[in-house]
Amino acid sequence: MSKPGERWVAVLSGGLSHERDVSLRSGRRLSAALRETGLVVDEWDADARLVDRLHGDRPDAVIVALHGGEGENGAVQNVLEMLRVPYVGTDPRACRRAWDKPTAKAELSRSGLSTPDWVVLPHSTFRELGAQAVLDAMVDRLGLPMILKPDQGGSSLGAQVVRDAADLPAAMVGCLAYGDTVLAERFVPGVEVAVTVIDGPDGPVALPAVEITPEHGVFDYTARYTAGLTTFHAPARLAPDAAERVGALAVSAHRLLGLRDVSRTDAIIDASGEPQFLEVNVSPGLTETSSLPMAVLAAGMSLGEVFAGLVERAVARGAAKYSG
Amino acid sequence: MSSSPMHPEGSSLDPHLRRYAARAAGMTASEVRALFSVANRPEVVSLAGGMPNLSALPLDSLSAEIGKLVVTDGLVALQYGSGQGIAELREQICRIMALEGISAHADDVVVTVGSQMGLDLVTRIFCDPGDVVLAEGPSYVGALGSFSAYQAQVVHVELDEHGLQPQALREALASLASQGRRAKFLYTIPNFHNPAGVTLAVSRRAEVLDICASYGVLVVEDNPYGLLGFDGQTYPALRSYDRDNVVYLGSFSKTFAAGLRVGWVLAPHAVREKLVLAAESATLCPPTINQLIVSRYLSTHDWQGQIKSFQRSYGERRDAMLSALDQYLPSGCSWTRPDGGFFVWLTVPEGIDTKAMLPRAVTARVAYVSGTGFYADGFGSRQMRLSFCYPTPERIREGVRRLANVLADELELFRTFGPVTSRRLSGPQSPAPDTA
Repeated sequence: MSKPGERWVAVLSGGLSHERDVSLRSGRRLSAALRETGLVVDEWDADARLVDRLHGDRPDAVIVALHGGEGENGAVQNVLEMLRVPYVGTDPRACRRAWDKPTAKAELSRSGLSTPDWVVLPHSTFRELGAQAVLDAMVDRLGLPMILKPDQGGSSLGAQVVRDAADLPAAMVGCLAYGDTVLAERFVPGVEVAVTVIDGPDGPVALPAVEITPEHGVFDYTARYTAGLTTFHAPARLAPDAAERVGALAVSAHRLLGLRDVSRTDAIIDASGEPQFLEVNVSPGLTETSSLPMAVLAAGMSLGEVFAGLVERAVARGAAKYSG
Repeated sequence: MSSSPMHPEGSSLDPHLRRYAARAAGMTASEVRALFSVANRPEVVSLAGGMPNLSALPLDSLSAEIGKLVVTDGLVALQYGSGQGIAELREQICRIMALEGISAHADDVVVTVGSQMGLDLVTRIFCDPGDVVLAEGPSYVGALGSFSAYQAQVVHVELDEHGLQPQALREALASLASQGRRAKFLYTIPNFHNPAGVTLAVSRRAEVLDICASYGVLVVEDNPYGLLGFDGQTYPALRSYDRDNVVYLGSFSKTFAAGLRVGWVLAPHAVREKLVLAAESATLCPPTINQLIVSRYLSTHDWQGQIKSFQRSYGERRDAMLSALDQYLPSGCSWTRPDGGFFVWLTVPEGIDTKAMLPRAVTARVAYVSGTGFYADGFGSRQMRLSFCYPTPERIREGVRRLANVLADELELFRTFGPVTSRRLSGPQSPAPDTA
């Protein structure tokens, strides 16, 4: 609880998704950064006590630092809307669009953004049509290497780069352990970047792109969360026009999908210098090895100040929406 | 992360990267460990962790005893102590070991910070990088971690429902000898094995010792569960047959309180001398207050009655797990039927990879440990460890029911894609110690 005049925020982290551990770390880091700006911060798990807590305590705003599942598919945001609690982040409908990777890719592709060619297939298709025939067709269409990832989810969990067709069945099984549908994507060699977009008074602004170079070539879970296994450049070592284009791509993704407050677009700059959209995240990681805090720092800002600003936006939105 | 701008050459976020020893290479973030982070949530039935169920401990009287200890002996309890451990506790430990036929002198006991530290010390004083250690296949994941930390090479020896197979041991030793190599020691968990749940047949015990002696190989006997036979039965410790060639590891973690981290090593005199020096360099001394708490507990409480209560409680849980496995699991599965301890070792139908299946299980709100964590050589993908020590019998039944559904789904995947071998994942493959 806060004293009169203090701004009180509840940071939601944890939850029950496969990314619980990452979310808890994001929540702790964000909370510490917000406290440094003078906010009163509580860290709450998204568990069976949450609704009662929100009914009883009513913080000024909630920040959803949940990764995966309910925290990114719009479910928790829906609950917050029902309870009329202001929150930082994207509304439920847009969350669902961004959360489902094939939906986001299709929508952005239709709007003219580049994204690597892809196919989406549920397990049942392989079962009913014969796995080998469908896998062969995938290879014909996308070539090798290709990337397999669960159609929903983050932190690279279940994602694999497949370089040899013989490895496809095992990669499929590994991927389908995280969900019933696989997104298979053409592998595009190039420079991997993450671009954070923050809503400001004049609309969404891209922060400097963060370049990601995993030591072993693949930005998997271990490379993401083990300090030392990936080299980051913030800002990315891009020519000014490439940096501008990838920033514009991230802002376009943010706008076209209807995202709000903050998002992080993962993209690849291909050999021709063209930025290609990979996926977008409405609740980006905030851990010690996550790219958003690096982008904030590269922009000359602090994580606490950025999110404190977003809290004020959320409070103002809530006041406008729920007053009276 | 530094708050200064990033170096133009980029940052790996770890300025110490080039300073680490080679043995730190495997110390990475782990996808599997991340999955276990949900296991402690009440929605998940965790059959993964090995946390003892402490609910039957007499907390009120313990609290009074600990309070009294601080009042009457606080200046001793809160002070450094002997590197070897408190003499009175070592005497009490000898009386406990006598229950399993061990005759020992308190001078040969070294109190350690859990038996895990004992394992670390034993490996430290015996193993150089590249040395061979024999261990049952599967073996305790914490032991494999210690061996790995000292860059020892583990050679697994098969076990069956009667424990370590003497013939397999003989063959492993002969094979090493033919390569001009010799194992430094055999690490074995003879009673209610972790993770396999089996017990070394009494008829095999002398034979195992004889085989090791004939090859000049020391035996490290790890016995944390020996007093937790569900019918109150105990088995003669390997150390009871041979005082010169067996190093014995004991623990209060399963019979009293894991959080106190009090274990011990009983070793032949010359080994003990080195262990004490190694222990002093590691921790100076085991925590005095924790040793005194254990000692007071042993002298003021009916600790044997408490162990009987643990036996009953774990026995009920074992029964719940076995009956649920009988009821729910699909054909093609087989499992061990432990007479004590915490664990059942489950083998699933061919083609299923338990490590690849774990995310699906966590989604279904049940957790287990894939068998691969219990082998140093990547084997074990068709196996899993199920622990019954912590959840209630009702939760165990529910967990097994969920697991059966997960297995059915995975069989469906197998029918679609055929047998697969999961990719090798980095970092720890087992839950943290505080996972239920």
